[in-house]
Amino acid sequence: MNELLRWLDTLLDATMPHLVAAPILVPMLTAALMLLLGENRRRTKAALTVVSGLIGLLVALALLRWVNAVDTGTGAGSIGVYLPGNWRAPFGIVLVADRLSTLMVALTGVVAFAVSIYSTSRWDRAGVHFHPLLQLQLMGLNGAFLTGDLFNLFVFFEVMLAASYGLLLHGSGRLRVQAGLHYIAINLAASSMFLIGAALLYGVTGTLNMADLGIRIARLDAADRGLVHAAAAILATAFFAKAGAWPLNFWLVPAYSAAVSPVSAVFALLTKLGIYTVLRLWTVLFAPDTGESAQFGQEILLAVGLSTLFVSALGITGTQRLSHLAGYSVLISAGTLMTAIGLGQPAIWAGALYYLLSSTLAASAFFLLIDMIERWRNAGASIAPHENAGNAPFLSEDLTAIDNVNLDDEQQALYGRAIPAGIAFLGLAFVMCTLLLAGLPPFSGFVGKFGMLSALLDAPHIPPAHWSFLALLLLSGFLTLLALSRAGIRHFWTQPMSSMPALRAMEVLPVAALLAASVALTIEAGPVMQHASATAQGLFTPKAYRDAVLGARQVPNPVRREVGP
Amino acid sequence: MEIVLALGIGVLTGSGVYLLLRPRTFQVIMGLTLISYGVNLFIFSMGRLRIDSEPVLVPGIAATLANTADPMPQALVLTAIVIGFAMTALFLVVMIALRGLAGTDHVDGNQDTEQGSVPRRKGVSE
Repeated sequence: MNELLRWLDTLLDATMPHLVAAPILVPMLTAALMLLLGENRRRTKAALTVVSGLIGLLVALALLRWVNAVDTGTGAGSIGVYLPGNWRAPFGIVLVADRLSTLMVALTGVVAFAVSIYSTSRWDRAGVHFHPLLQLQLMGLNGAFLTGDLFNLFVFFEVMLAASYGLLLHGSGRLRVQAGLHYIAINLAASSMFLIGAALLYGVTGTLNMADLGIRIARLDAADRGLVHAAAAILATAFFAKAGAWPLNFWLVPAYSAAVSPVSAVFALLTKLGIYTVLRLWTVLFAPDTGESAQFGQEILLAVGLSTLFVSALGITGTQRLSHLAGYSVLISAGTLMTAIGLGQPAIWAGALYYLLSSTLAASAFFLLIDMIERWRNAGASIAPHENAGNAPFLSEDLTAIDNVNLDDEQQALYGRAIPAGIAFLGLAFVMCTLLLAGLPPFSGFVGKFGMLSALLDAPHIPPAHWSFLALLLLSGFLTLLALSRAGIRHFWTQPMSSMPALRAMEVLPVAALLAASVALTIEAGPVMQHASATAQGLFTPKAYRDAVLGARQVPNPVRREVGP
Repeated sequence: MEIVLALGIGVLTGSGVYLLLRPRTFQVIMGLTLISYGVNLFIFSMGRLRIDSEPVLVPGIAATLANTADPMPQALVLTAIVIGFAMTALFLVVMIALRGLAGTDHVDGNQDTEQGSVPRRKGVSE
């Protein structure tokens, strides 16, 4: 362990600040390399994926170590700023690795690594170019998390979306193409709104650098403020559509449940990107020190978050299909996070960031788990029952269980049997996902929710918004528990066990790793919560962010060529 | 000039939104295209509308925005056009694929939803 940390320090000493660009460059180069390989070189591609995933994880860890180090004046312990074109901000594009960005990059690294390993068991053969697309998706996500420039954010959003269109259509089939069409149309419309908002902000303030935008918005005339607010509202609409905020989220559940399961597991990150963008832009553009614009739109953010939470909590009880359940749990997590952000207090943000980690890991693990459960339950036909959208698998048409379900092949009641390892794994993993998603003890979902709730109630006078959030948070947790328990009972207990699930190590290990990451998050809740609190404080007072971005200087030209011989 | 441009952007975007809400995939793609035209013009107009301003720096003329056109929105709009074009092409492919798979050009891949009837829950699989 100490060896690893020392090695990370050497890496940081040697490469900072260039290492900040690595989470974007590594997946891009890997994708480019993979495109050169033919479709039949699957093993090479899988090996490349694993190598790239490992490098990505190490880089993310190193960056986390960098931002959390004790500030000794050597650069470590501060915000990592990289000027890709060697033009200083706000004139050039800037990459910023602060606590929030590195946290998101690390989360992306963990989820993407697990997913890419899972996909090598069979899903990467369902179509062409799965691994390159996944790498490009990763590049877009990391880029969007790291960039400090609004238009660059748009470009990385488009990289991420272009890859996600390809991934959603992976495996083809009518349902996927149909969901893909809706998904692309929605996202193209949202991207147009993003462009309008970004252009309007540039038109009023004359800059696209996020840190600079915050400073200029604070100094704006009252006459121009309306335009900036309009731009922010238009931008927010675009991000709400991507984050899955009600009423802009009707595309999400069909799209996520139509995609092949490793893809849905990565897509759990995409809504978090929407949340991240809202948090980042809201805190930088409308920080408490921006005068009249301070925390502009807070009521709207709260209202949208609460209604998302309410509608998706109702939604999760209204479905029997596992993939729909997972889709709604992603929405519940989005609604929770949006409300927590909208409350605008660093203590609540800290709990919310912890919850974000936990819920993303759980949702990704759940999507992968569903794939195994459904394949087992549908006797290997993993796609067939999905073609009849709206029907729960292996139920009769009126959603009643089939007769004699609690008997085995010899018409013996199922009591006191030894549980084979495969089923035990699926069952335990399902229970754990349920606990994580519903936020019950002892796992990290509970710690995150508890963090938010204790911060909510930690005030002499508790406003009504806090009470409604508290009520909805508990209600959504209860309804999640209800819906997932019902699904669990249907899938694990009320069915004759016709066959043992055939699981491969490549499938079991990633799910186990994601769940182990949640357990680690629970055990190491102290340090993680500390990081989250420091992140939230940094977001609440963005002065350090602004100073770091605008204070970064160009590297002088190392070689001064002499003119003439 | 401002009025003409504003009207142009408004008409393009308005028609685009109308077409986007229509039930046929071809109308949707035309709507998205019109919206992206409107958006591109809008980005361009954010560099302010001026006649006879230099597009590049010229010796002898002070290099301020009072004398030259703002190059930034032009760079942005170029990026936006390229990305929008690529995405439209991709959408076209998906649209044709859905037409082939569903046998109809309705956005839901199902003719029955058009008359406001409740979509069939199942039985659409061939």
